[in-house]
Amino acid sequence: MEQFLLFDNVSYPLLSLLIFTPLAGAVGLFFVNTEYMMKIWGLLVTLLTAVISIPLYTNFDSSTASYQFAEVYKWFPALNLNYTLGIDGISVLLVILTTFVMPLCILCSWNYIEKRMKEFLFAILIMEAAMIGVFVSLNTVLFYIFWEAMLIPMYLLIAVWGGPRRDYASIKFFLYTLIASIFLLVAIIALYINTGTFFIPELMGNNYSFTFQIWVFLACAIAFAVKIPMFPLHTWLPAAHVEAPTAGSVILASVLLKMGGYGFLRLCLPVTPMAVEACVPYLIALSIASIIFGGYLALGQNDIKKLIAYSSVGHMGFVTLGIFVLNSAGLKGAMLQMINHGITTGALFICIGIIYERTHSRDIKVNSALGMFMPVYVTFLGIFSLSSLAFPGTNSFVGEFLVLLGAFSHSKLVGALAIPGAVLAAAYMLRLLQKMIWADSDGHKHSDGSERGLFDLDLREKLTLAFLTVFVFWIGLNPEPLLNVMDESINHLLIQYNQGISHVGEPEAVNHALKTFGFNAG
Amino acid sequence: MKLLLFLPELVLILMIVVFFFLSLSSKKEKNNDSLALIFTAAATAAALYTINSSGEMFEGFYRIDMFSQSFKVLILAAFFLVLYLGKGLKSIKSEISSEYIMFLAISTFGLVSLTSAVELVTIILCLEISSFSLYIAIPFRADDTSKAHYEAGLKYILFGALSTAVTLFGMSYVFGLCHTTHLDELFAVLPSVLNDSPAGTIGFILMLTGFFFKLAMFPMHFWTPDIYEGSANETTAYIATLPKIAAIALIIRFVGISGAESGDVILILTIIAAFSMTLGNLSALVQEDIKRLVAYSTIAHAGYIMVGVLSAGNLGFSAAMYYITGYVLMNIALFFVIYNLSVKGENLNFDSLKGLHKRSPFLAFTLALAAFGMAGIPPTVGFTTKFMVFTSAISKGYYAIVIIGVINAGISAFYYLKLVRAAYTLGDGEETKMKIGYSKALFAILLNIGIIVAGMYPEPIISTATEAVKYIFI
Repeated sequence: MEQFLLFDNVSYPLLSLLIFTPLAGAVGLFFVNTEYMMKIWGLLVTLLTAVISIPLYTNFDSSTASYQFAEVYKWFPALNLNYTLGIDGISVLLVILTTFVMPLCILCSWNYIEKRMKEFLFAILIMEAAMIGVFVSLNTVLFYIFWEAMLIPMYLLIAVWGGPRRDYASIKFFLYTLIASIFLLVAIIALYINTGTFFIPELMGNNYSFTFQIWVFLACAIAFAVKIPMFPLHTWLPAAHVEAPTAGSVILASVLLKMGGYGFLRLCLPVTPMAVEACVPYLIALSIASIIFGGYLALGQNDIKKLIAYSSVGHMGFVTLGIFVLNSAGLKGAMLQMINHGITTGALFICIGIIYERTHSRDIKVNSALGMFMPVYVTFLGIFSLSSLAFPGTNSFVGEFLVLLGAFSHSKLVGALAIPGAVLAAAYMLRLLQKMIWADSDGHKHSDGSERGLFDLDLREKLTLAFLTVFVFWIGLNPEPLLNVMDESINHLLIQYNQGISHVGEPEAVNHALKTFGFNAG
Repeated sequence: MKLLLFLPELVLILMIVVFFFLSLSSKKEKNNDSLALIFTAAATAAALYTINSSGEMFEGFYRIDMFSQSFKVLILAAFFLVLYLGKGLKSIKSEISSEYIMFLAISTFGLVSLTSAVELVTIILCLEISSFSLYIAIPFRADDTSKAHYEAGLKYILFGALSTAVTLFGMSYVFGLCHTTHLDELFAVLPSVLNDSPAGTIGFILMLTGFFFKLAMFPMHFWTPDIYEGSANETTAYIATLPKIAAIALIIRFVGISGAESGDVILILTIIAAFSMTLGNLSALVQEDIKRLVAYSTIAHAGYIMVGVLSAGNLGFSAAMYYITGYVLMNIALFFVIYNLSVKGENLNFDSLKGLHKRSPFLAFTLALAAFGMAGIPPTVGFTTKFMVFTSAISKGYYAIVIIGVINAGISAFYYLKLVRAAYTLGDGEETKMKIGYSKALFAILLNIGIIVAGMYPEPIISTATEAVKYIFI
């Protein structure tokens, strides 16, 4: 097991610290009395976690595809189950994204959350621990535990602090993701029975039979496709996004959706390459369907949040497209697109939360013609909208460009089919901007002065958005550092994948169990 | 000292005698429940003390080994917890509380000896001791408005008598084919009998029926909802936990000695497990009364435990033992909430859970943890137990039952979520705060910690269970 791991990046258990700091912070909440102090406490804990995560980038060894910052402890020897943590170039950026987005989630909830602040922060902190846990675990059981543990706080975030239809949205979210992910559990157990290990690197590159791979892949793919979400399993997302509080939407968009893509990269591609290879045409078709459908549906929305939610479906379609064209450009583009989507869409949801706090509506018609009341706000909104439609110079341009590059080198048809998605993105985002900033008439009745005026952003909101703006341009103009970090791991993944599909001969690990289904393995 | 092996049972007998004399006095006893707690704590300690000893008593009909003793620890600890959560015995008339505790103790005595009985007639005897006293205890409910508790008592008698009769009938087949009633000797001949004669398989399955009844498992599940609904909350907590532990012990013993690694017995058990899960979960979806809901969920959980049992072998049996341990923990947490929420011992429905998070954040949290645990969501014990059970089934190649179980876990999540939703999201009005007192709060904290720790650190329980199940085959 040790040959996959690097232990000497830092001298202390950094990844465990990342998981347990928010957990300890959540427990600590019970000793804080006033609401204001709770918010400060929550902010401090998340900021501390973000600071702790900085060495992940500075001490990261980008010259190797091994799993770094590794930790191994005995957990449950009877099943050969260890508590194994580690990150590589694929997960490191997602962990940092998570730790940096969480303080913003607390900042953007400063005035938005009006009831039960303690429980709210408790849920957010537990959520943070679980999300980090998913990205850093190198053990399928640990991965699954964190994966499922996210459901409870996320359910509560939507169900307790959500909008008018929170009941429907929260239950839909919970059941969709739960039912999809229990199949993942079956796949995990089946892999264990076949190999005797839960350690993810050891599961990779084994010579499983094709039938076994197909079943395992399908079980995993359902779980990941729902999380991403991929057309036609996306219907929980708009409901959940619209009803969730701002922080919930930001978490959903920035981190939760990435779990699906991460799952594909971490488990499906290296563990079941033959099955992936067989399914690639369908997966690409579904990705393109996600891009086009998401774009079209976004075009028709009048609820701003719904619009962004559908745009997420489209953007994540680009991610899966990048993953399944299975070349270096596509995979790197997909990774970058995940990070970018986390930054840009997270920021857009914060923008929506800001305007909702002022006009108490998310309707485009009500929130129109804001340009003359909130100049700073519309500047930020403009930047993030342009980033969302992948305007050159912003972060999403690099990601989408790489994905399209990968798609065209995979097949010209695939590339050509994905292009309308990019055009649609421009259409719906520009429509949104036009209405919200420059429309002729305003729906919020503030221009006649009969109600209290719309006030522009305060310092807290400016800081929140400015922080994200930095990354929009930094990644947009200089993506090199991020690409360097993931370079080795992506190459290694591709090598693993290509070795996996070139296995010939009778596979040794024929699964007797599949015969009970009546399938002849092999 | 051979008598030392019998220590847990002796403590229980002493308890029964003491409460018998207490029930004779006409005075109202106020400290009954504390006294009962002391006795059960002592009995649990005695069982723990004897956990590593082994020996035979009563001419080999009664065996003490790690298997029986660890189940005894489980049963007695559960008895302690049930009595603790029902402190005050709200729904039992105070003048008959000594009798009530006495009958529960007798029933527990029956269950405890059941785990040690290794001879068919002894098993029936112990089974009947545990059932008869429960027949009497179920109608004990200080509720003059409804007659549901009498109905429940009567139903339990009828179903119990029926299932015992079926069990006896099955035993007659097994005895006829194997010419012995002693489990050790059965172990030598039963596997070949099951292989050769269909009558053996039929007899064997019929013999298990009495334990299916105790476990509330399809097709002997019909009594469960009515009896859960009709009996007092304390009694329901008892029925929902203790008899199930003993039933699992016996089913594991029987399946273990049957040597059924595959074949018809396993097939039948698989079908029963599938039906139990599906039927229990689908029926639970539409329940309004919380105890009825728990009753149907019990039927479903019995199916999951059976998945462990039917993956016969060390892994499967220890998974089943682990499952029942976790299940008892979560069930007691759930009944703790039910008991404390119902002010006068009445039944609860979803409306009475509304706004619980404001009335008592503590009870709401306990309820949520227990419900999420039963739905099998990490990091609770409910997840790890399901994980172990599925692992054991897949290691035997029983994919179909695992898929059914997994789909059922999805279905069950819906009604468990309904509980959490009622407690956390409904009822925005002003609610009066509930006080639950320090000792109860501590109890709930320990239960919550137990649910998480038993799930995240299963090593001690599993390794004990793995050790224990080895003794079935000796």
